[in-house]
Amino acid sequence: MAAELTATKPPHPFIEGWHYFKQNKGALAGLVVFASFVLIAALAPVIAPYAPDVQDRAANLVPPAWQAGGSMSHLLGTDAVGRDLLSRIIYGGRWSLFVGLVVILVSMTGGILLGLAAAFARGFVDTLIMRVLDVLLAIPSLLLALVVVAILGPGLFNAMFAVALVYMPHYARLVRGSAMSELQKDYVTASRVAGASTSRMMFVTVLPNCAPPLIVQATLGFSTAVLDMAALGFLGMGAQPPTPEWGTMLADAREFILRAWWVVTFPGLAILISVLAVNLMGDGLRDVLDPKLKRS
Amino acid sequence: MIRFVLSRLAVLVPTFLGVAFVAFIFIRLLPGDPVELMAGERGTTPERHAELMERFGFDRPWWEQYVTFLGNILQGDLGRSIVTKAPILDEFLTLFPATLELSICAMIFAVALGLPAGVLAATRRGTSLDHGVMAVTLTGYSMPIFWWGLLLIILFSGILQWTPVSGRIDLLYFFEPVTGFMLIDSLLSDQAGAFRSAVSHLILPTIVLGTIPLAVIARQTRSAMLEVLGEDYVRTARAKGLPMRRVIGLHAFRNALIPVVTTIGLQTGVLLAGAILTETIFSWPGVGKWLIDSIFRRDYPAVQGGLLLIASVVMIVNLLVDLTYGLIDPRIRHGR
Repeated sequence: MAAELTATKPPHPFIEGWHYFKQNKGALAGLVVFASFVLIAALAPVIAPYAPDVQDRAANLVPPAWQAGGSMSHLLGTDAVGRDLLSRIIYGGRWSLFVGLVVILVSMTGGILLGLAAAFARGFVDTLIMRVLDVLLAIPSLLLALVVVAILGPGLFNAMFAVALVYMPHYARLVRGSAMSELQKDYVTASRVAGASTSRMMFVTVLPNCAPPLIVQATLGFSTAVLDMAALGFLGMGAQPPTPEWGTMLADAREFILRAWWVVTFPGLAILISVLAVNLMGDGLRDVLDPKLKRS
Repeated sequence: MIRFVLSRLAVLVPTFLGVAFVAFIFIRLLPGDPVELMAGERGTTPERHAELMERFGFDRPWWEQYVTFLGNILQGDLGRSIVTKAPILDEFLTLFPATLELSICAMIFAVALGLPAGVLAATRRGTSLDHGVMAVTLTGYSMPIFWWGLLLIILFSGILQWTPVSGRIDLLYFFEPVTGFMLIDSLLSDQAGAFRSAVSHLILPTIVLGTIPLAVIARQTRSAMLEVLGEDYVRTARAKGLPMRRVIGLHAFRNALIPVVTTIGLQTGVLLAGAILTETIFSWPGVGKWLIDSIFRRDYPAVQGGLLLIASVVMIVNLLVDLTYGLIDPRIRHGR
């Protein structure tokens, strides 16, 4: 009797989601790769053979270990001032991944607040917020980020703010859309009748029900944020040398492109692999959480 | 149809005013006032400063300045570059053909490979070909294109020595621009080898800029085809004995094309943003590189003008896509 009861009990949504997620081999691989990148970045001081800024003047532009002239002491070779490339990429993960996370959190928080405000206020406030967001969406994202950085001045934090601002409208529109359709439903009316305050309605009643598409958008947005931050770093507008941010490392490496292929290849490979892993994960999450949502 | 066009224009006007406002406040948000910016490192005396503030109207209320700014824009006056002293609109129009040529080639590249790849993947769903296309396109979609450009330079310009590293054409050739498109101008010039040189300069930037649109178009085509292939009229066409090739080419593809056309249009913004990176890598003398250079030279009026003009181009293209879409599909123009 007891066994029958447990059998009919539905699994926790998280367990059920995980069950579907792990059937998607690509998504699972993405998760494993991404998790190992995060782990490596977190344990950088333990794993990395050298500190990221230690210069070995005797070993400039040493090729990777497997190429003639390379040595096992620098597995991926060294850059123009003799810094170990592997160590810099490992430490760079801390910057690039952390920066992506912060950008997403900031732009999602801003987007949630604006989206909920628009959905709850309706009327003039709603129109005003949406028109302003339309303007921001009309400008290509990298261009807008560049202009914001031009105002604030180059630097990691200014670039983070710029990218977060540029992607905020996407979250705001998403939240507004889901919140508006949730507001039509009976449970919201019930909550209102029961006397819930507006802020409780926003964040406790409605917001959790807008979460699935938001999580998907945040995952896919993370990869765009990492790419855009790297692009700004590459253009000299983001993290400044000698920060071992991957995009900035590429900018440094540009002049050695035809002499030392490794200084260009490995930082970019790190960007590509982490972005690819997150995109695979995002695809898997989307299939689990929101089958209707299609990626543009 | 006229009502449809008017309704779309009605949406566009406030957005344009908003973008113009962003460009307008851009210069005013910078540290220092506009006269100090124009004076640059030379500086000005307080009297001269006050005189210039008055002459350019910077002492008037902001909304009055904004209206003047809008009036100037409508007359094609976007101010002058601090560095070259040339009118910004002229500078932009001289460089824009280079960006346009690159963007058009990149789009042709993306569509020419993306459409067939998407159709093939959809019609052979679940095969290793399908998985291959999906894997390659997801990689393309995740690609940091500035790095992709550097890799291609290493391979094709460094190791194989097939293509030049930068510019639009070899310095050996010189001719007056007629159309501004190097491919056409080099043909018109009758100089032997000029066209070949132009093509070899164009190939790598085209691939780099076209990669992300290619991936997006291929994936969108695949999913649109899969949807259409499940429709009843496709089964009917099959049932009446049409060969699969004809069903796909005539019935399915044409209907799958509608969302794909929108996707292609929406990639314009992506292309122009990508042009900033691509032009920087390949020293391509277009508006993207000009914009980056202007930021570094602190030529803020040029940045302001570039922002406004590039955003306007994106808005106009999106409007055209919208209108075309309404023209193709009556449901859209009568729908709302």
